[in-house]
Amino acid sequence: MAEATGDTVIAATGLRKLYGRKAAVDGIDLAIKRGEIFGLLGPNGAGKTTTILMLLGLTEASGGSITVAGFNPMREPLEVKRHVGYLPDSVGFYDNLTARENLRYTGRLAGIDREELDERISDGLRHVRLLEVGEQKVGTFSHGMKRRLGLAEVIMKRAAVAILDEPTSGLDPQATFEFLDMIRGLKADRVAVLLSSHLLDQVQAVCDRVALFNHGKIAIEGTVEKLSQQVLGGGYGVEIEATGSDLTRILGGISGVQRVTEEGPGKYRLVAARDVRAELGAAIVASGGALMRLDHIEPSLDTVYRHYFEGQQSEGQHGAA
Amino acid sequence: MARRSGSVWTGCGTVFMKEFADHLGSGRMRVLEWLVLLTGIGAVYTAIQDLKNTTSQDPFLFLRLFTNAHDPLPSFIAVLGFLIPLVAIGLGFDAVNGEFSRRTMSRILAQPVYRDALLMGKFFAGLATLTVALVTLWLLIIGLGLLTLGVPPSGEEVIRGIGFLIVSIAYGGLWLAVAMLCSVIFRAAATSALVALGIWLLMSVLWPLLSQFITNAIFPTTELNLIMGPSYEQIMLQETLARISPNTLYAESLLGIMHPTTRALGPVFMEQLEGAVMGNPLPLGQSFLLVWPQVTSLIAGVIVLFVAAYTVFQRQEVRA
Repeated sequence: MAEATGDTVIAATGLRKLYGRKAAVDGIDLAIKRGEIFGLLGPNGAGKTTTILMLLGLTEASGGSITVAGFNPMREPLEVKRHVGYLPDSVGFYDNLTARENLRYTGRLAGIDREELDERISDGLRHVRLLEVGEQKVGTFSHGMKRRLGLAEVIMKRAAVAILDEPTSGLDPQATFEFLDMIRGLKADRVAVLLSSHLLDQVQAVCDRVALFNHGKIAIEGTVEKLSQQVLGGGYGVEIEATGSDLTRILGGISGVQRVTEEGPGKYRLVAARDVRAELGAAIVASGGALMRLDHIEPSLDTVYRHYFEGQQSEGQHGAA
Repeated sequence: MARRSGSVWTGCGTVFMKEFADHLGSGRMRVLEWLVLLTGIGAVYTAIQDLKNTTSQDPFLFLRLFTNAHDPLPSFIAVLGFLIPLVAIGLGFDAVNGEFSRRTMSRILAQPVYRDALLMGKFFAGLATLTVALVTLWLLIIGLGLLTLGVPPSGEEVIRGIGFLIVSIAYGGLWLAVAMLCSVIFRAAATSALVALGIWLLMSVLWPLLSQFITNAIFPTTELNLIMGPSYEQIMLQETLARISPNTLYAESLLGIMHPTTRALGPVFMEQLEGAVMGNPLPLGQSFLLVWPQVTSLIAGVIVLFVAAYTVFQRQEVRA
């Protein structure tokens, strides 16, 4: 197998896809390494699924170059598909067949040896905790079980790359938690995982790097911390619940505090250059106020995402006016 | 377009085995088989009642089992001409759109196989199912004939019987290709089934009437026609039009193969009949030569329809 440069298993440059004259994907660059979990974020219709289909060779790209596991999906789609496991966002199985029979069919299509296949199916089912129901018809499975079965298929394939499209949509919190854990298991096996999602807290929990899609382009890309610095300006955020008179002025007077906003009665949010929590507490108590809560705001992807798209919208409105 | 690497046949066998097993085990297939079996046996049974009286006179007794019609029941091959399309449509109408509605399509196409393999595997699985059903039926009828008539079939009758099987499979394949084309074009299985059945009704019931109607419109009946019968042009046009329908092709093929006394499938001039001994059967080779155009047309139809389905399928977006 031809390895791509170093550990990079997915490399795309200037990737474009036109539907008529409209560009669904407009010149994106990606580089994903082995053992990395990469998240594609963005609103519906931003081009995430189209990108995934192009990486798989299921849709022909209009421009740019792609290498997946060392192969070009347009010229050697079979080789690419041999090395890529794919979990579509709406995953379905043959209801009249058992879980094992379903996997056996795709396993045979994937060209896995007959002798090896049963072993690998068991392996996949064990990973997603479906081994006991392997002989049951998939028609009896719940939504979450079907998704896990889809993941079992990816594991069975022992692919170098796993592409998961909205892997946790429609799952209950417990199932989501378990599912994310299984995705981390893939990472431990040195699989490059590419997942798309609009459920941000989950992406944050599991992804090493993310790319924010907007109108077919990657708007920003990097680790969650880097993104929040880029979008939020990288201050140290603190949330305070306290009562007392004239707190805004008192808090604003502490050295290092850049901005204080009163968000509601007794609720404040401030941005500082460094960790100023100790000084804040002392100042509030010294002023005779009562401190209920003092909390560091983790830079969350949710904030980044909202901040970014709010910024986009207001820019758009300015442009229109 | 860039040249593809890898074999088109990769995975075709796997798809074939899975679909074949699905067909044989499906309730739909069982219903269709019972339908064919009951009507077929009914037709053959009445034929046997007729034949018992003429056992000693007829050189092609076994073929009569298939072709003898006894009011009110049509002959066995007429029943098949009507029912084979129904079975074929039943096997194929949700072949491709079913994968989309079950949401299995993107999962299957993410495996290292070409779309060709999927389509071909499904087509051949349907064809194999039809073949199994037809061969079983054929053997059953021969068995019935042996039991009730007490005469074994001659070698020529067996060969003509095999010819009948081949033509029937080609005919079934054509309707299977029609159904699969519908299943590729229409995303809803119900629409696909309705359109396929509509084409079937058009071809089997309406088309013979329409071909007459069109001929009349182009060559209006004159007074001479009333005395002399239809002109050569009229007959030729009507026959050509009628042969657009696969049902006509099938009926004519079987007429040639199963009725050895058939000498021509179109108009015959008096000069051509000079020296002919009427009512004498044609030799085997000549019978097959007679229906050769009909049979090749059927097979060509299968290929054209399959290619059409293939082309549409290749252009389809995988995203459901």
